Amino acid sequence: MRLQFILSEIGQGLRRNLSMTISVILVTFVSLTFVGSAALLQLQIGKMKDDWYDKVEVSVFLCPQNSSKPTCAAGEVTDEQKADIQAALDAPEIKPWVEKVYFETKEQAFEAFQKQFKDQFWASAATADDMNSSYRIKLTDPEKYQVVADVVSGRQGVEEVQDQRKLFDNLFLVLDRATLLAGGLAIVMLVAAVLLITTTIRLSALSRRRETGIMRLVGASTMFIQLPFMLEGAIAATVGALLAVGGLWVGVEYLVTDWLGASVTWIPYVSTADVLTVAPALIAVAILLSAISSLVTLSRYTKV
Amino acid sequence: MIRFENVTKVYARGARPALDRVSLDVERGEFVFLVGASGSGKSTFLRLVLREERASAGRVFVAGKELGNLSSWKVPHLRRQIGAVFQDFRLLPNKTVFENVAFALQVIGKPRHHILTTVPETLEMVGLAGKEKRRPHELSGGEQQRVAIARAFVNRPSILLCDEPTGNLDPTTSLGIMRLLDRINRTGTTVVMATHDDEIVDQMRKRVIELSTGEMVRDQSRGVYGSDR
Repeated sequence: MRLQFILSEIGQGLRRNLSMTISVILVTFVSLTFVGSAALLQLQIGKMKDDWYDKVEVSVFLCPQNSSKPTCAAGEVTDEQKADIQAALDAPEIKPWVEKVYFETKEQAFEAFQKQFKDQFWASAATADDMNSSYRIKLTDPEKYQVVADVVSGRQGVEEVQDQRKLFDNLFLVLDRATLLAGGLAIVMLVAAVLLITTTIRLSALSRRRETGIMRLVGASTMFIQLPFMLEGAIAATVGALLAVGGLWVGVEYLVTDWLGASVTWIPYVSTADVLTVAPALIAVAILLSAISSLVTLSRYTKV
Repeated sequence: MIRFENVTKVYARGARPALDRVSLDVERGEFVFLVGASGSGKSTFLRLVLREERASAGRVFVAGKELGNLSSWKVPHLRRQIGAVFQDFRLLPNKTVFENVAFALQVIGKPRHHILTTVPETLEMVGLAGKEKRRPHELSGGEQQRVAIARAFVNRPSILLCDEPTGNLDPTTSLGIMRLLDRINRTGTTVVMATHDDEIVDQMRKRVIELSTGEMVRDQSRGVYGSDR
């Protein structure tokens, strides 16, 4: 009896304020889409870091012929200098951070270069002597780049120490900024959503003042009086959240997986599975929004 | 059943009290008329009994409970023991007679079978058998008030508060309503009725409490409307 009664009250309330209900749904949909996008961007960054940081190396480029760097004043790197660098890398204080060191000769570098740029006309002009021989150092912890770099940079025979991670940092910066942007928009929209839900609940409560007045009079509990209003807000917000999840799912499926994934294949992308990971959080946010709105409104409009 | 001990109610700071040090006792099963001019404090009295307002000073006891100490989550339970009827009926226009009365039971969580037996019983008692499916606007004023009384009484409250229940009705119809209230009173329900209707008060010869600008000026058993008579 009770449940059926409450459900019919909710149905009536939602239908009576149909346009408001729809606007609540739309606003939560848009705001939670932004929240979800921000979350997915962060997931994307995390995935790329996981994937790339495992592969990145610190490259210690050794002096080629005719380098203008002061550490290369003696011309092409000598065996003696190489031994010195190798010894520095084997030193006990940096040993724990170094997983593996291998040496790439300039011939190997040339080969890789030719392979990578074989279609480019300018690549054919290069010779093995234009290449650097290098130490490629794989770190146990990519964050410890600086420790290793400090040991080898500035030594005679080292032209340049390069952390491949640096190459990604700009990309991550862009993605982080995009997250902030989406998050900022999300906050604005969430505030709008709370205000809109508040207004909707208030309208609903006012339009049913006669009913709630009688309810109070005959001794219905506060909970019983307020529950339909709370659930109305919660249902509308949850529908909005489900739409947002649907929107993100479609977006990831068609934009990321089908389009980006097909054209730029070397990046690990977020998948629809990640959308499902984010989904419960979005629904929780929706319910939280409507709970806040209910608390603000109902204490004032359906007082015992 | 209802006991006021030196009750004062002030709505706005500095204003004249709506009730001024009123003390009275209404026993279980009594029928009491509350008379007095508009603004004399009749409605405030009823609102205090319903705990829609709290007394500014003094103590109010209803059904054995001191309302000043009653926490707000217990107020609904208090109100389940009190029925209330108003001059303007306060029916829900989009519900039928049956639904209007059933509403009072639904919202306090009574089971369906209880509602299906009690509501027709009560409607028959107030003389509305056969009109269950009508809507309020299809009924006469007297019939609408009967629906309101049925709704107030369907949960068998121990107290029935009536705020000018005959104020919108013609004398003949009013008489019918009074007979109904008398019948309800005979079932052991305490009835407190605020009214302006001197004919009815004079006819019924029940206890009369007169308020004037918030003060109790008369408490007379088997009394009449005007104090000068």
